[in-house]
Amino acid sequence: MAYLNEHDKKLKKRYAAEKRFQLYGKAALLLAVAFLVFFFYDMIKTGYTAFSQTEIKAEVTFNEETLQMPNRAVSKADRDVLSRGFLRILPQVVEEHPEYMNTTQTLWVVAKGDVDQYMKNKPNRLNDREIEYISNLRGADKIRLAFNTGFFTTGDSKMPEIAGIYAAMMGTILVLVVTMLLSVPLGVMTAIYLEEFAPDNKFTQLIEVNINNLAAIPSIIFGLLGLAIFINFFNVPRSSALVGGLTLALMTLPVMIISTRAALRAVPESIRHGAYGVGASPWQVVWHHVLPVSMPGILTGWIIGLARAMGETAPLLIVGMMAYIPDVPSGVTSATTVLPAQIYTWSATSLRPYVERTAAGILVLLTVLLALNFTAIWLRNKYERKW
Amino acid sequence: MLITIIIILAVLSGLSFAYGAHRAKVWEDSKQRLSSRPGHYAWYAVIKFTVPSWLLLFAALLLKTTKIAVISPAVVLACSALLVIAGFIISSKKFSPLLNARVIVEKHIRYLLIAASLVSILTTVGIVFSILFEAIIFFKHVNVIDFLTGTSWNPDTAFLEGAGRESEHAAKPEFGSAPIFAGTFMITLISLSVSVPVGLFAAIFLSEYASNNFRKVFKPVLEILAGIPTVVYGFFAALTVSPLVVKVAGFFGLQADYTNALAPGLVMGIMIIPFISSLSDDVINAVPQSLREGGLALGTTKSETIKQIILPAAMPGIVSAILLAVSRAVGETMIVVMAAGLRPNLTWNPLEGMTTVTVQIVDALTGDQAFDSLATLSAFGLGLVLLIFTFIINLVSTYIVRRYRKIYE
Repeated sequence: MAYLNEHDKKLKKRYAAEKRFQLYGKAALLLAVAFLVFFFYDMIKTGYTAFSQTEIKAEVTFNEETLQMPNRAVSKADRDVLSRGFLRILPQVVEEHPEYMNTTQTLWVVAKGDVDQYMKNKPNRLNDREIEYISNLRGADKIRLAFNTGFFTTGDSKMPEIAGIYAAMMGTILVLVVTMLLSVPLGVMTAIYLEEFAPDNKFTQLIEVNINNLAAIPSIIFGLLGLAIFINFFNVPRSSALVGGLTLALMTLPVMIISTRAALRAVPESIRHGAYGVGASPWQVVWHHVLPVSMPGILTGWIIGLARAMGETAPLLIVGMMAYIPDVPSGVTSATTVLPAQIYTWSATSLRPYVERTAAGILVLLTVLLALNFTAIWLRNKYERKW
Repeated sequence: MLITIIIILAVLSGLSFAYGAHRAKVWEDSKQRLSSRPGHYAWYAVIKFTVPSWLLLFAALLLKTTKIAVISPAVVLACSALLVIAGFIISSKKFSPLLNARVIVEKHIRYLLIAASLVSILTTVGIVFSILFEAIIFFKHVNVIDFLTGTSWNPDTAFLEGAGRESEHAAKPEFGSAPIFAGTFMITLISLSVSVPVGLFAAIFLSEYASNNFRKVFKPVLEILAGIPTVVYGFFAALTVSPLVVKVAGFFGLQADYTNALAPGLVMGIMIIPFISSLSDDVINAVPQSLREGGLALGTTKSETIKQIILPAAMPGIVSAILLAVSRAVGETMIVVMAAGLRPNLTWNPLEGMTTVTVQIVDALTGDQAFDSLATLSAFGLGLVLLIFTFIINLVSTYIVRRYRKIYE
């Protein structure tokens, strides 16, 4: 009996250990998921307010004098609560609406950053007089929170209330076009060579080792490469979309090659043999049969590479894409900023109103990236064929 | 001018294509048997007539952008014209239905493919040389041993040397990188102490306990963590986690800096979880089922089977996953740039600010010092150390994986 008791005790202990072990696994998973939930909650909480913007109904006088001295276009009390950014663009407003000239219009005008923060119950630097004026405005229904279209239609600014992500979005698109134009053909060609043509010799082994090594190299090293080779040796203009695109292309190349190879490898040998059997040449086999069949897989790889390049920041900082660039780039050689770099520059400023803009920029970036990744997954599931 | 030349060459290529296609069509219309498809003849014409000119243009462009030599566009144009005419005279004679254009065209396609594969080798060579070259200049001024073992990092006065004012009473720049390596080590350690247990246990649970549907949902969810851009993690670490760490430390009566090493370490650990869990999941799944059944048949519980049979069998793969995570953590930039400090600090206290190799690289290269100043070049010295470290880790992990494979195949 004593012996059996002893045995039971041991068994109980072992079962308890088993339960504990399972619990650790569940806890680990829970921790990761909880972090993810907390992270998204925190970002949305910080960022959603930036999608609305305080506007004030103000009387704006348009005439020769106020175009010269915009401060006189609005009343003195309004001047303290309106964005100086709006007053600066008065001539543009007249250009768009010539009929405003020599009249006084009642317009909804963007309020200054601290007023906006006050309206959103966030820390601000308004004095009592201004707060009183705003509550008067509120009583007269002359102040409102409207959807922040400016965030998507203007570039960076030193005034947080009119800073937007338009220039950065355009820059991102431009950089990614350069990246994809380079890395897609190079990646596909390399993958086709390695998978379909290359003999198994020292040379191909060298290429393979290289690709695997490149995939593991930290992204910042690619920034050093871009700086030393593209900027200092090939004299590509600093902070241009060209140098950013080239750097990111080299960085995403291993991803492209590895995913394309996987897609090509998934095509069964029988398809190749069938094509050879009717007299196709090696290239005809690839071009007419293997590539069309493996296209969904290759496309998935492109999207994943694109998403990777889109979120990358470190190498772009090194090649100078973190400068203050408020304008949409006019070409691949003009100064450009990209969305992640814009997020970085905003997060580095000390002005409070930029915090919500940074988080809002992050929300936009994450939305696009998640959409890209879901497209990739959807594509893979839809076209995945079991041979 | 460049655009003009490109347009001229493009038009010539188009004409060559049309010429080849036309010749082939004439043969086909006269019911001759062709040894290749008509398209092959067209491409054959393009390759033989205009490809040499394209290569010439490319070479001239390379020479021009690198400022080695400037070849005037007129010369390029004249040479291209000569090459096209020469190609036409030599190759148009060879046109015949018996010409095996397909083989020749495919040979050139293969050259193109090889050239594309060479880019990856060139990239590696470019990385190694660009970093080595600048690092050598740096190490001419700074002793390697001093660099690796010195404990004082103070590069800010390096610009005086460039300005010829090194004799003035400023402190000499110092490049002792031990505190930087220590900071990198510390933050890597913190991140691994989060990611290894969480990633490993998550992988074990997903591959051994969870149902198929559960795994299908939660594996992609974990992978979202790897898809979030690092700049976003950096913002999160600096804005949310750092103040949280300060608050919690304050609760325990400890003093923490706002740029403490703990916050970036923790966030980086979260980021690395999917790298560990995905790779471990793969190797755990690769352990043969017979080992599991053998263990269970001996009367072990499931967790005992996992701990004493599966994990030892999968250990090489897990170790290589951890090594890859180490190289990820060491090379990670944005999180530490945004959340860790700039102050080189030789300490064991993770609540103090520390700096890492990558932070110093970014700091040196985005600063306002001239490119040839020692402070800027120090980035390449640090980059070289980072590169060598990554290579070694990669080599070791490949070696381990290769050995492991031999056991179960």
